Amino acid sequence: MTNQTDYPKIVAASENALIVYFASTPDKAVSAQITAVQHIISKELGCDILDLVPSFNSLLVIYNALNTDHFVVARVIENACCTARQTQFQQTQGKLVTLPVYYAEESGPDLLTIANDKNISVDEVIKRHSAKEYQVYSIGFAPGFAYLGEVDPMIAAPRLQTPRKKVPKGAVAIADQQTAVYPSQSPGGWNIIGLCPTPLFDLSQTPAMPFNVGDRVCFKPIDKAEYLAQGGELHDI
Amino acid sequence: MTSEALQAFKILDAGMLSLIQDAGRFGQAKLGLSTGGPADEHAFMWANKLLGNPANSATLEITMGGLHLESLSDCQISITGAHCSVSLNNAEISQWRSHNVARGDKLSINFASAGCRLYLAVGGGFSVTPQLNSAATVVREGIGGINGKPLKANQILNRFATQNQPLLGLYREDIPDYSKNLQLRLIKGYQYDRFDRLQKARFFGNRYTVSQLADRMGYRLTGPAIEFPTRTMLSEGIALGAVQIPADGQPIVLGKDRQTIGGYPKIGSVLSLDLSKLMQTTAGATVEFTPVTIEEAHNQLHLARAKFNNTTMQRYTE
Repeated sequence: MTNQTDYPKIVAASENALIVYFASTPDKAVSAQITAVQHIISKELGCDILDLVPSFNSLLVIYNALNTDHFVVARVIENACCTARQTQFQQTQGKLVTLPVYYAEESGPDLLTIANDKNISVDEVIKRHSAKEYQVYSIGFAPGFAYLGEVDPMIAAPRLQTPRKKVPKGAVAIADQQTAVYPSQSPGGWNIIGLCPTPLFDLSQTPAMPFNVGDRVCFKPIDKAEYLAQGGELHDI
Repeated sequence: MTSEALQAFKILDAGMLSLIQDAGRFGQAKLGLSTGGPADEHAFMWANKLLGNPANSATLEITMGGLHLESLSDCQISITGAHCSVSLNNAEISQWRSHNVARGDKLSINFASAGCRLYLAVGGGFSVTPQLNSAATVVREGIGGINGKPLKANQILNRFATQNQPLLGLYREDIPDYSKNLQLRLIKGYQYDRFDRLQKARFFGNRYTVSQLADRMGYRLTGPAIEFPTRTMLSEGIALGAVQIPADGQPIVLGKDRQTIGGYPKIGSVLSLDLSKLMQTTAGATVEFTPVTIEEAHNQLHLARAKFNNTTMQRYTE
């Protein structure tokens, strides 16, 4: 058990980056804290910040080392963490985005496997996946790929032994207690349970993604007709 | 940039891998986007500086050479980076200096003899429609450059209009030699404290060899395996130059096209000044890591910038 007073912990990452660890394990409060600290740092340091990379329990702060230095940045981070705690930022919730999903065996080839492994019906898998509200913990792996957590332990499933060479755009998938929607076609080892017709990464749109780290996502089951009507496509998976 | 765009070159042969690169696409990690940008920042910065271009101007990064162009307007160019035979209308020209090019001239960049990446800059900078404020091409993401892809034969490259500048070049002693045996300064960071003493001694006490798996995303090294106590780590943001230690213990040094987050333990990050040199090496080159603190790294960056700003350049009349 790690003592919570060890956090936040600021560690050097590179010549121009510090990484801040907020807790040993992620949860909604940690995620909200990261979002809040991120906003304060950006406001305080402006253009001296080159990028901020939030993830499950950490925030990587990349700065312009020719304009500022790690002493200044570390101090801003410490103050930001302190402000975030005092102002109850942790209670503020990110916006809620609802994504429609066509859950079926033709769109979700791993639905049946999960149902069989857990000894529940396919309908029960769908019900449990669409009943929860998920936190956007991290975005990465590929442009627009968001790690959402946590799924009901009853439908948690390990990654496939052999990843698929082609996972279609819009595939809604589960890996352990995480779930995600593949924003574009790519290789992937997550269990596919459905397809989402909403584009999740489109550079011609502003914003390019419907949500950010710290926001919340829920899934609404739709039928095949609605999926196709919303622009969804069916591929051989 | 409000100046008009002109046609600069027609691509006759694009070579193995030629990419449009500016300094990189910053501030987009929230979308999961890599920064991209020049693998060798040092050579990229000089290519623009020799022409008096803004520091973030788009250049071509040419891997291994093999690029052939025909000029579509009178302009000025500079070529830095890997040592290579370069010719203008079949007459050999020097690298690390600017040249006048006339409409109709043919420019040939042959194959690199030392180093592996060249930078071709044009006066005013190449002009493409930026995506999220940058021209940098990241092929894996299909973003930047022309349609997010490597350049192809028959494409037309545009540039911004600009005034001609006096011709300038570097003195021989300021031109890098692209050695195949490097010392890489490593800023101790990330999980550094969680590697035990034996592993650190092994990492800093041995030479590692650049493997075939070496590209803009990262350089996989081979050598004595480094162990890390745990395999379960949450994914976290990856800095430029971060040295990942995957399960097989063989270090991977991450470059400009790295993914934004990853879950492997990291022992620290290579100083960008040395990363530029590593990115000029190919399979078989050897490296040795030397630990430095973030304070020492900071000083080195400032000294390097002062040197870049104050290097005396040679003037040429033609």
